[in-house]
Amino acid sequence: MATEIFERPAAQIARDVNARAISAREVTDAALEQIDRVDERIGALLTPLHEGARRQADRVDARVRAGEHLPLAGVTAAIKDNMCLTGTRTTCASKILERWVAPYTATAVQRLMDAGAVVVGKANLDEFAMGSSCENSALGVTRNPYDFERVPGGSSGGSAAAVAAFEAGVALGSDTGGSIREPGAFCNLIGFKPTYGRVSRYGLIAFASSLDQIGPLTRTVEDAALVYDAIAGYDCMDSTSIDRPLEPSAGGLLDSLGGLKIGIVRQFDTRELGDDIDEVYDRAYHDLQALGAELHDVSLPTADYGLATYYLIAPAECSSNLARFDGVRYGLRVDAPDVQTMYERTRAAGFGPEVKRRILIGTYALSSGYYDAYYVRAQKARTLAARDFEKAFEECDLIACPAASSPAFRFNAKSDPYSMYMMDYYTIPMSLAGLPALSVPCGWVTPPGGTRPLPMGLQLCAPIFGEKLLLGAAHAYERATQHAGKHAPLTELSGR
Amino acid sequence: MSSEKIDVRYVAKLARIALTDEEVDRFGVQLGDLLQHVNRLGDLDTNAVPAAAQVVESRNVEREDVVRPCLDRETVLAEAPQRQGAFFRVPRIIAQE
Repeated sequence: MATEIFERPAAQIARDVNARAISAREVTDAALEQIDRVDERIGALLTPLHEGARRQADRVDARVRAGEHLPLAGVTAAIKDNMCLTGTRTTCASKILERWVAPYTATAVQRLMDAGAVVVGKANLDEFAMGSSCENSALGVTRNPYDFERVPGGSSGGSAAAVAAFEAGVALGSDTGGSIREPGAFCNLIGFKPTYGRVSRYGLIAFASSLDQIGPLTRTVEDAALVYDAIAGYDCMDSTSIDRPLEPSAGGLLDSLGGLKIGIVRQFDTRELGDDIDEVYDRAYHDLQALGAELHDVSLPTADYGLATYYLIAPAECSSNLARFDGVRYGLRVDAPDVQTMYERTRAAGFGPEVKRRILIGTYALSSGYYDAYYVRAQKARTLAARDFEKAFEECDLIACPAASSPAFRFNAKSDPYSMYMMDYYTIPMSLAGLPALSVPCGWVTPPGGTRPLPMGLQLCAPIFGEKLLLGAAHAYERATQHAGKHAPLTELSGR
Repeated sequence: MSSEKIDVRYVAKLARIALTDEEVDRFGVQLGDLLQHVNRLGDLDTNAVPAAAQVVESRNVEREDVVRPCLDRETVLAEAPQRQGAFFRVPRIIAQE
């Protein structure tokens, strides 16, 4: 059992704070000390919130003393810096919002705090959540706590690194094509993207509105379920949020997979990923079977078109969403004699290369003469992606596949944009279909030329609204395999 | 599907982003490369397939048209790059004769 306060699972912290065996303030101070000790090296946080966190912690302690039972009492949280929190700067890791102070709080963040969580910092990301390594941040470098020479994944890389390095008990990330699941896999965590619409996007600065979804990054499945139960549910401030009863998932954690059918995707042949990685997934599928699941071969015939579909839809929506950053009402302005030149210079200075690339490709795909050939065709391909899954789920309850094609890679290893996009190959199809999916630690691989073992993630995916079963099954797998605990993040982080 | 080269300068004008000559060249190559990949979608038979803007059930949402509290004007204007009284101030929009 972990003894340091900051290493304890969120579920245990909440139990102890509710029982007044420890105070939220003590838990928060321990996390803040850990931030002071390691974040200079890790770079997970763009804005640590020492004062605000201590104030929040004292309020949580007062609520507990007043007799309230809070599901996340005293649990420290890092928030991806594309979610608003009143009075704190919210940058999207972009120069265009570098000094913008949010005048309101995102619904998911508010619900987390209402449940007793304490926000200890705003976490780094790829600029406007566009990327798979955090290297597109304009404001800082985040390192993988399991190997400082490697990326933490992205775009929710700061959130993942913060939890992996024990700077926070849990984190919120956002996932558009894999941005929670891939960093979850790279940092030995649970990275969980709920069904599209289950968690309100109010206060999440939009990248691709039809795909964006907020979800937790945590060290255990139980913690992910607790966070999900706290943040999910209808919100009148997000017209795409789903008004449908929620079944609490934390009570549905399973110990066995008996009676479950799990689909293995024929198109995702892990032998192509090299012997070491193939062995990890082969073992993972066997372990699912050993836990009682029946494995079924399923087909996703259009999965291979997912990347092409995504790289039209997401940039198209991004080009529209990011039009609001024009130097008029907030954020950066570069002065010019006329307004047109002011727009052009502001956006040239404020956006980094990846954001510019995506705005340009999206503008092109939506421009006159190309709309039908690109955007409409991608929307149709999206229908096919959803149908693939509908058909597959006639034969199985869950689908299992890799979360990423490799463990964490070195900085600057993916300088060609398309090679970076390929990192989302296994996560994009679920995003296009709006499905709930998560990454759970499934083994360790020392990559060629690597110096230490790095974590790999198994992706599990359920039909729409299947969160409870998804988390339940992931819990059974986690409990039986215990992969996450086999290696610790770099020892200098333990503080002992 | 189209295999035309992107006119990066024209698209950048539509997107209101000033580009350097170096960026025009680099983005031209990179976006051309990406278009080649997405052109694969032309292989899919989508004639009889409806377009999906969203996959999860959704419906039009309406609420009572009543006055509710909103953000404080001063708080919002405090973030403005330039203001004049209760307004956002911008450079000249209509050209001077």
